Amino acid sequence: MRTRLITGILSAVLLSVFLGSSLALAAEPIKIGGLFSVTGPASFLGEPERNTAQMVVDEINAAGGIKGRKLQLIAYDTQGDSTKAKQLVNKLIKNDKVVAIVGPSTTGDSMAIIGDVERAGIPLVSCAAGSKITDPVKKWVFKTAQNDGLAVEKIFDYLKKMKISHVAILTVSDGFGSSGREQLKAKAAKYGIKLVVDDTYGPKDTDMTPQLTKIRSSQAQAIICWGTNPGPAVIARNVKQLGIKLPLFMSHGVSSKKFIELAGDAAEGIILPSGRVIVSDVLPQQDKQKKSLISFVKDYQKHYKAEGDHFGGHAWDAIMLLKGAIERGGVTPAGIRDALEKTVNFAGIGGVFTFSRTDHAGLTKDAFVLVQVKNRDWALVK
Amino acid sequence: MQISDQLTQYLFSGLATGAIYALIGLGFAIIYNATGIINFAQGEFVMLGGMFTVTLINTTGLHPGVAVPCAIILTTVVGILFERLAIRPLKSATPLSLVIITIGGSILIRGIAMLFWDKDTHALPGFSGDEPITIYGASLMPQHLWIFAVTIVVIGMSKIFFSYTISGKAMRACSYNIRAASLIGIDVRRMVLFAFIISSAMGSLAGIIIAPLTMTSYDVGIMIGIKGFCAAIIGGMSSGFGTVLGGLLLGVLESLGAGLVSSGYKDAIAFVILLLILFIRPQGLFKKAETERV
Repeated sequence: MRTRLITGILSAVLLSVFLGSSLALAAEPIKIGGLFSVTGPASFLGEPERNTAQMVVDEINAAGGIKGRKLQLIAYDTQGDSTKAKQLVNKLIKNDKVVAIVGPSTTGDSMAIIGDVERAGIPLVSCAAGSKITDPVKKWVFKTAQNDGLAVEKIFDYLKKMKISHVAILTVSDGFGSSGREQLKAKAAKYGIKLVVDDTYGPKDTDMTPQLTKIRSSQAQAIICWGTNPGPAVIARNVKQLGIKLPLFMSHGVSSKKFIELAGDAAEGIILPSGRVIVSDVLPQQDKQKKSLISFVKDYQKHYKAEGDHFGGHAWDAIMLLKGAIERGGVTPAGIRDALEKTVNFAGIGGVFTFSRTDHAGLTKDAFVLVQVKNRDWALVK
Repeated sequence: MQISDQLTQYLFSGLATGAIYALIGLGFAIIYNATGIINFAQGEFVMLGGMFTVTLINTTGLHPGVAVPCAIILTTVVGILFERLAIRPLKSATPLSLVIITIGGSILIRGIAMLFWDKDTHALPGFSGDEPITIYGASLMPQHLWIFAVTIVVIGMSKIFFSYTISGKAMRACSYNIRAASLIGIDVRRMVLFAFIISSAMGSLAGIIIAPLTMTSYDVGIMIGIKGFCAAIIGGMSSGFGTVLGGLLLGVLESLGAGLVSSGYKDAIAFVILLLILFIRPQGLFKKAETERV
C-alpha cells in the first residue's frame, strides 16, 4: 500500500517534470505590445481597439498561431496621456521585450512615442488618424487609421460634382477638429471651393445656434461640420431648429449609429465620409474588403455583444498587418518592419493597404465611401 | 436675413442658456448661504438628474411624467448621502477644507457614474415634440419654453420659501450668522441638510430639462457646474434674483460673443467676466458692499 502510494507520487512528479520540460521545449510566444487609451477622454477609441486586438490575437492562437508559435498581446492603458504613453512604451521595449507595437489610439500619444520606437528599432503600427504620424515617413512607424485629408477630399469631390462652391465650416476646437480644419482650408482651393465662414465650437458646448445664425446669413451653400459626438448631434438639431435648408456634411468622426440615435430626426439627409464598416452589409459583392468586414463585424458581435466600429477596425488591421509581416519576414523587429513595408493590396477594415518606402499610411481616398442618413440608417451615396 | 433677426436669435439663445445657468447657480447659492461653503459637486447633481431620467425611461419604460420625479428623488437621496457622509462627520472643519471635500466628492460621483453607466452620450426626447417655434424672427425649441417656465416657477417657489416659511427664514438666519442662529434655537445642522436637499433637487431638475437639448453623459457636470458657479458669483451668491440675473447675463453675453465676435472666445468671455467681478466687485454686481462693523 505504502509503496504503491510512493510510486504514485513519484510517477506524478516525474510526469509533471516531463510535461514541464516538454512545454519549455515548445516555442515561446511572440510578444506584441499594445498601447490603447482604454480610459480617459479618448476611451471611445481605446476600448474597442483593445477589445478587437485581444479578439484577433485569440483567434490567431486558436487557429494554431503563426508558424506554430502563439502570439501574446501585452496591452497597457495610456489613458490618453502622452506622458503615460512614453513611460509605457519604454516598459514594453525594455521589460517586456516586444517585437512590435500596436497603437496608440490618439495622435498625441503616437507623436510622443515615435522617438522611442525609432531609437529602439521596434516597428509601430499606430491606430491614430493624424497625418503627421507618417508624414514625413519615419522608418519604424506605420499607421492604419485613414488620414483626415482623405475624408476632406471625398467631401470636396462630391461638392464639386454638385457644383457647390461656397461653403461654411464649423469645427470643434480640439485635436480632431483643428486637424480637420487645417485640411479643409488646405484642400479647398484645389477643388475651387471658397470657405465663406470658418467658425469653431467647444467640445463641451451645448448650443451652437449663434454660429449657425451667422452661417445662415452668409452666402454659404453647404455646411461642413468636423467633430466627434456629441457636438455634431447638437449642431444637427440646431440646424433643424433654425430651419436652415443647406445640405449638411459631417466628418467620419461621427460615423456610428450613436450619432443617429443622438441627433434623432435631425440626422435625416446628413452626408458624411465613412469607412466601410457601418455599411458592410449593403456593399456590393465585388468589394475587396467585404470579406474582412463581415468577419470582423460578426466576431465582434459574438465576443462583445456590441457592433464593431471603425476604431476596433484600426486595431484589426494593425494586428493582421503584423501577422502577415511576421509570416513573410520572421519574428525579428527588423524583419517585421521590412515585410510590413512590402505589404501590397491588403484588404482590411479601414481600406486596401499598400505600403511603400515613401508611404507608411497606405490608403487612398477610396478608403472612404460617402454615406447618407436615410430612415435612421446609413445608405450609400452613389 | 436681417441683422435684427440675427440679434433676436442671439438674445433668445442666450436667455435660454442663461436660464439653465441661473437654475444651477441658485443651487450653489443656497448651499453657500446655509453653510458658507461652495459645493463643487453641484454640477454632478445636474448630471445625475439627466442620467437617472434617461435610465429610467430607457430601461423601465416609465412615462416621463413618472420618471422625472423619480430621478429627482434619486438625486436628492445622493445629495442627502453626500451631506451625511462627507460634510456632517467633519465637526470643526474650515470652509476651505469642506470646499476641497466637495471637489473630491464630485470626482468620486463622476467616477461612479462612469462605471455605473458608460462613457457614452445619451439623448432624451423633447417633452413636447421637436418642432421649432418662431418668435420675432428667432427660432426656439418647445423645450426652451419648458426651461423658461421651470426656471420662473422654481425662482418663485424659492422666493416664497425663503420669505414666508419658518424653515426658509431659519435658513436665511443661518446665512447671516450661524452662531447667532444656533443660539436662538435653530438646528443649524438640519438646515445644512435642507440646503443639500433643495439644491440637489434643483440641480437634478435643471439637468433633466436641459437633457433633451444638450444631451447628457457622465461628465457634463464639470463645465455646466462652472458656468452655474459664474452665475452665482455675478449675482453675489444671493439665493434670489441676483443669481438669476447673473445667469441670464452670462448666457446672453456668451451667445452675443459667439455670434458677433468669435465662437473661440465664448468660454473666455465667461471667465473674463468672472475674473473681473472677483477683482472689482467681489460682492456681486447687484449687491451693495457690506461694511464690517468693528
